[in-house]
Formats: sequence, structure tokens, C-alpha cells
Amino acid sequence: MSAVLDHYGHAGHDDHAHDHPHGWRRWVFATNHKDIGTLYLLFSFTMLMIGGLLALFIRLELFQPGLQYFNPELFNQFTTMHGLIMVFGAIMPAFVGFANWMIPLQIGAADMAFARMNNFSFWLMIPAGLMLAGSFFMPGGAPAAGWTLYAPLTLQMGPSMDAGIFALHILGASSIMGSINIIVTILNMRAPGMTLMKMPLFAWTWLITAFLLIAVMPVLAGAITMTLTDRHFGTSFFNPAGGGDPVMYQHIFWFFGHPEVYIMILPAFGIVSAIIPAFSRKKLFGYTSMVYATASIAILSFIVWAHHMFTTGMPVTGQLFFMYATMLIAVPTGVKVFNWIATMWKGSMTFETPMLWAVGFLFVFTMGGFTGLILAMAPIDIQLQDSYYVVAHFHYVLVAGSLFSMFAGVYYWAPKWTGRMYNETRGKIHFWGSLIFFNITFFPMHFLGLAGMPRRYADYPMQFADFNSIASVGALGFGLMQVYFFVLVMLPMMMGKGEKAAQKPWEAAEGLEWEVPSPAPFHTFETPPKLDATATRVIG
Amino acid sequence: MTMMKMDHLFAAQARRAALALAALSGMSAAVASTVNDLPGGPAVNQLNLHPAVTRIAADVSSLHIAMLVICLVIFVAVFGVMFYSIFKHRKSLGHKPAQFHESVAVEIAWTVIPFIIVIGMGAMATRSVVAMKDTTNADITIKATGYQWKWGYDYLKGEGEGISFLATLDAKHRMMSDSGKPEAIDNYLLKVDNAVVVPVDKKIRIITTANDVIHAWAVPAFAVKQDAIPGFVRDTWFRAEKIGDYYGQCQELCGKEHAYMPIHVKVVSQEDYSKWVDGEKKKAAAKADDPNKEWKLAELVARGEKVYNANCAACHKADGAGAGPIKGLVGSKIVLADDNSQQISVLLNGAGGGSMPAWKQLSDTEIAAVVTYTKNAWANQTGQVVQPADIKTARK
Repeated sequence: MSAVLDHYGHAGHDDHAHDHPHGWRRWVFATNHKDIGTLYLLFSFTMLMIGGLLALFIRLELFQPGLQYFNPELFNQFTTMHGLIMVFGAIMPAFVGFANWMIPLQIGAADMAFARMNNFSFWLMIPAGLMLAGSFFMPGGAPAAGWTLYAPLTLQMGPSMDAGIFALHILGASSIMGSINIIVTILNMRAPGMTLMKMPLFAWTWLITAFLLIAVMPVLAGAITMTLTDRHFGTSFFNPAGGGDPVMYQHIFWFFGHPEVYIMILPAFGIVSAIIPAFSRKKLFGYTSMVYATASIAILSFIVWAHHMFTTGMPVTGQLFFMYATMLIAVPTGVKVFNWIATMWKGSMTFETPMLWAVGFLFVFTMGGFTGLILAMAPIDIQLQDSYYVVAHFHYVLVAGSLFSMFAGVYYWAPKWTGRMYNETRGKIHFWGSLIFFNITFFPMHFLGLAGMPRRYADYPMQFADFNSIASVGALGFGLMQVYFFVLVMLPMMMGKGEKAAQKPWEAAEGLEWEVPSPAPFHTFETPPKLDATATRVIG
Repeated sequence: MTMMKMDHLFAAQARRAALALAALSGMSAAVASTVNDLPGGPAVNQLNLHPAVTRIAADVSSLHIAMLVICLVIFVAVFGVMFYSIFKHRKSLGHKPAQFHESVAVEIAWTVIPFIIVIGMGAMATRSVVAMKDTTNADITIKATGYQWKWGYDYLKGEGEGISFLATLDAKHRMMSDSGKPEAIDNYLLKVDNAVVVPVDKKIRIITTANDVIHAWAVPAFAVKQDAIPGFVRDTWFRAEKIGDYYGQCQELCGKEHAYMPIHVKVVSQEDYSKWVDGEKKKAAAKADDPNKEWKLAELVARGEKVYNANCAACHKADGAGAGPIKGLVGSKIVLADDNSQQISVLLNGAGGGSMPAWKQLSDTEIAAVVTYTKNAWANQTGQVVQPADIKTARK
């Protein structure tokens, strides 16, 4: 990895070699957006592996009816921590990693606006990650109340619940700092000529995501702080024994939780919006409507939270409002899908690995969108709430949506990061393997859910056995594909093996990131670049 | 072709496909071959919602099929275009990229049309949403209370009022689960000791609440699912149209035994229901105290202490001292009097303009016990015994 990341000292830039620390200090004291981006990506991949291991434990136990390996309490800990680690440890930080690496490069800025805060927001994640992953070793084991941490079950948890709450607080603080950094960078540090409406969509989607994060992370912090005081300081916000309201917790949690869903998918839209035009050799169709669609999704995401709560017994008007509002989200999301397809239409397409992932994303994510539409119908949702159908739905949008888009982004931009091309055959094996195993894992879950199998069950009636076995086999395959990706695709690139990457390895890629050499030098755009009229080329 | 027919066709075909997939994956488990469909519960490798047993469930089922069809049509249309493009507009086929990248008309079209479609979808569902919430005019009202980890049922209103029992998973099933090698039985994890019995074609209102954490009471065949929330009362309803056994499971994570608190509703004919109610009433009566029994002092005091602590101690205090305006019982003339009639009358009818409520809902035995207790507790050592028969007489 050092070969990749030590390039800055060479090629006539010797004067920079002493500007910044080396060895471990380079990472601990990192203020460079590229180094911090790398740290974020490595951290999130580590968490992806830990969360994935927990998922495999879940699937192992569910491979057959009966409890063969874990007691139900431990099983609940696995499902809870799998969710928390994947959401807060893997998906969210990974997108921040992409933002750190790419946003300054895409808008022609020298670095992020607050370099030291950037360092702080990364290093805060380490203790939080350790606390989350380490909670299994605390007395009573890890939290087992589900990733949604519903009261009053949280009141029955052991001390690891407090550690979990503390970890979420820290991660929230880190996210807020990251968001402020991204907003300030985008609004203040664009190169002259890079107007907002010429910005790459990745920057746009992240700008909107950052506002969502700032709006809702404090809401989560409030919910879990009230949980904490209910646990230890005699308050009764959510504790019915003292007159508290457990449903209030759900309202507060989902007021955070639903925008959170879009926090995890909007940057994915940005990545895909860069890749599809590049490999279609055609400009993105409907740039302006893409921006408006993203903003509409963000605004709508604030008024649909209670569709997670149809079975709590809302009044009929509440159910109708949240049902209609939820269905409306399909409109701007549909606009995006149509725009991507219109971009491909009459293009001149090639299917290198990034494009495969992007098209795979489009296809499979849309399936998750359709099940979302079906779940939005309150009467159907009441049937399917808390069943495996919901598990299938959100893995279609979070794995096939967020994760697939990130793989697309890695294959697309890693040549810029490492200066090396990935091995195309291995990239394709990774894609097809992941796509097939993903569907083997999650497609049968739709059937399980329709047949009434509840989620978070350690054991189930015999009739559900076959589909559970199939899902477990798929999960193992999917997990192994990701190990394959790291060992045989990423490691070689990071170790400087493979073909050298050109400055612009993709024929029709557009944007300022392709105006700097590969690998990107330690410092880029130290003086504001002069841009052409489209703000995609540097002209001096 | 009607929705229902399509539903069945779809189910049959898809099921064959699924079985083929299971076989392909090399593990068409030994399980599937020996387990049968559970009528009213899950079927082996079931692919769609349960066969509907209520009007609402039938509505939900056809809504679901309608949504599937609409989504499938859109999916095929949209991705048909995409795959056509993928196969035709390739660089390897020498396709040159077009230059267009904007069209306001197209953007408006694909905003407005989906908008109309989703509003139409919402409109399809609205009637069911309203119908599901209409819990008025129920024939029988049953309270389902979620406990960690069992269900408690109280028949509150209608025929069977007063029946009350707990429903727990068969302990053998729980042990089989722990063993890791459960037998392939059709109702594995769904067998309870006491099923909820309801008459067919009657509107049953289920009130849910919980004792500890949130649970959810659900029976898929009825399309009923309602969270049971501690400290709060919620309701839902169903009118089962077919006699039979129907199964559900707790649907909201409630701790470690979440998977082990099933729901079993037995729908029976009206006659069978009346018979069942009679049987339950007789059982309850058999368990109740015999009002003609002659009690010994010590027995009555022990029983009375329980009654006192449950009902009286909140005001009169555990030591019988009373507090403020609440009269003390220690040394009280009424309590110590040889003539019991005044004390019994206060208990049956209340006193002080209602500040001492009437306790006539307690049984004769309970009132006799608590009177005897107050006469023989603390400093009140009168040695007097009041028998249930005395209360019975006083009630007349």
C-alpha cells in the first residue's frame, strides 16, 4: 500500500516531501483529504467484514430449523449488531470516504474546508467502532434490541446498551462534522467557473445528503439520550411503567430513520450518475431534473417516517397521509431511473466493470423500489410489517443500492486513487458472483415474508426450511465474493501491481478528477484552476 | 380471469419453479419431503400470502396481486427499453452516441404519469385502510396481552365474557428447538396449550396491550397484525368466514424468546362455541372457592392478608394505621365489635359518601377472609371468625 500512497515525494515535488509527517504520523495526524478518504474507506471495509461475519452467523443459525449453534439471546445480538455496524460503520463512513476523496477533486478545491476537523471526524470513528464491535465481550453481551433500539426493550439490556448509545453519539458527532465540512467545501471552495448547476451530481447529492445528516443526527441523539436517562436516571420518556410512551420513541427514531435511508442512497445516485454517462459516451440526460429530483426526495423523506409504524395502531387519517406521502417518493425516484436509461439510450456503450455495477445497481435497486411501493400500501404493509419481506426489501435497496453503487465507484475511481488499473476479469467475476449470490440470498426472502415468517427469529416452522437454506448458501457465496474483491482486486492495486493507469482511463469520463495525473498527487488544485465553459476541463 | 384464479395459477407455477430451484441448490432438504402444509398456517415453500379467511384478507390479497401486476408491467417496459439499449447501442456494434441530453416535455411526462399511477394505487388501498380501522359493533371483544413470552387472553364482552387464560408454546417444541434437531412436524413452534376460540362469521374485536415490552399479535390468514404496546391499548378486528385452525406468531422483537410465543385461533361453529364457553365456565367454577366451606381462623387470616394487601393496603396501609382522612383499622370500634354486620355492610356498600368504595365485586370468601384478617391482625386480636356464608346472608 505504501507504494501507492508514497508517490507524492517524487517527480519534481521533492520540496513537498517534508511538508507533512511520514509513517504512522501521516495517518494519525492526517489532514489531507485523500489520506482521510483512504482511512474512511479502509475503516468502512473493515466494518463491512465484521458486519458480514455477523450476517453469516445469522444465516448459519437459520440454515436449518432448530438451534444448532447459538442461543436466541446471542442470535438477537447478532441481528442487532449486524444492522448497527452495517448502517453506521460500513455504509455511512464509506460514502464519507468517497466524498473526501472525490469532492475536492471534482470541484477543483485544494482540500476540504476544515482539514483538522476532518481528521477529528475520522478518528472519532475508531473508538466508536471498537465499542460497537467490542460490545460482544461486555457483561451480558452486545445489545439485542434490534438496530432500531425500540423502547422499552432497550430498558432490559445490559451495560453494553450504554456503550452502544455512546458509540452512536460519537458516530453522530463525526457525521455532523463531516457534513459541515462537505457543505462548506462545496459552497465556498469551488474553482472559479464551477457554478452550482455545473457541479458533478456526486457533489450535488452529497450536498443534499449533508443537510439531511445535520437535520436528523441530532434527532437520533435525542432519542438515544432519552433512552439513556430512562435507563439510569429515573426518567420515563419511553418507559410505560412510569407513564412514558414507547410509541413516541418510534416516532422520534423514524423521524431520524427515514431520512437516514436516503442518506445512504443519495450519494449512490451521484456515483451512478457519473458512471452511466461515462460508459454510454453521452451526457447525462436531464441534469437539472436530477438535481431537483434529489432535492424532492430529500424533502419528502421528512414526511413519511410513520410508514414504518402502520401496525402501531395509528388513526386512519394518519395511515392515509403516510401512505400517500410515501408513494409520492416513487415519483422523483422514477424520474432518476428514467433519466439514467435515457442517458444510455442511443449511447455508445461499453461494459467495463464500473458500468456493470452501475447497470446492476439500476436493475436490482429498482426491484427494491417496487417492493417499497408495495410496502407503502398500508393494508399490504400491515400484512408484511416485521416479516422477511421487509428484510428482502431493505437489502435490495441497501446492498444492491448503496453497496453496489460503491463498488461501481471503487472500480471507476480506484485507478485515480492508486495509479493502477484493476484486473478486468477479476472485476467481472466479482460483479457477476455478487449479483447472482445476492439474488440467491435475498430473493427467497420475499416468499418467506409473504408466507408470514417474522424477522429476527432464531428458529422457524418447518415449512420455511428450504428458502432459508437457499438464502444461507447465497449469503456465504456473497460474503466470499467480497473477500475475493479485497484480496484479488484491491490489494494488488494498493500494492502498486497491475497496469499503470492513464490520467483518464475511461474514454468518455468527464470531470476535473480526470484533469490531474493518476495516481492523484498528494496536493491538487493548490491554485484555483481555470475552467472551460462546461467546468469539466482545466484550461490553464 | 379473476384475480383469485390468477393468484392460484401464479402460486402453482411459481411453486414448481421454487421447488426446482431448491432441488438445484442441492439441498431440497429432507425436511420438505416429510413436512406437509399446515392448514391455516404456512404451506411448504409458500410463495404468496395465505389463502384469505376474512374479507379484509381477500382485499389485501387482491391488492397485492394488482400491485404485482402493475409493477411487473412497469418493470418489463422500463427494463425492456434498457436492455434493448444495452444490446443495440453498443460501441462494439459501432453505434455512435447521440447528442441529446435534455427534454422538458419528456421530463414532465415521466413525472406526471407516475404521479397519476401512484395516486391511483393509493386510491385502491384507501377503502381497505378505512375498513381495517373500523372496530365498531363487535360481537365479541377479546383482550390479548403480550407477556415475555406468552399471550394472555381475556374475553371482555359478548358471549364468553369472563373467560381468561394464558397461551404458551408447547414445552416439547421449545425443547426440540434447543436440541437443534427438531422433528419434522407440521405445527412446529406453532402449537400452544390454549387456543383462542371464536365463533365463525362473528365480528371479533381484539384489544392488544402488553405487560413488559412491545409484542405484536398477528394472524396472516385474517390479515390482522397489531402491536401490543405496554401501557397502551390498541385494537383490531376480524370476521373469520371459515371454520378451522389459524396460526400466527409474535411479530415485534420482544427479547430472547421472541420466536417462541405463537398464536393459535380456533374458529368454530356457533354451537361449538357455546359449548366451549359452557365448558370454560364450568371449569372456572370448579376452580373457584366453595362458598359453603367452613374455614379455620388461620386459613382465613392467611387468605385475607393477600386480599388486604391487594385491595386495602393502598389506603389503609399495610399496618392498618390509615393515613390522614383514611380511617385506621387498628383499634377501630367497627372492626373490633362483636357484631360483624356493620363492618360487612361497609365493605359491601361503601361508606363516607364513597370515599370508602363498595367492594361487592369481591367474592364471599374474599370478603369473609379480609374481614377476619382485620379482626385478627396487628393489635386487633379478637379471635373472631367470619365465614363466607355470613357474607352470603348479608348480601341478601
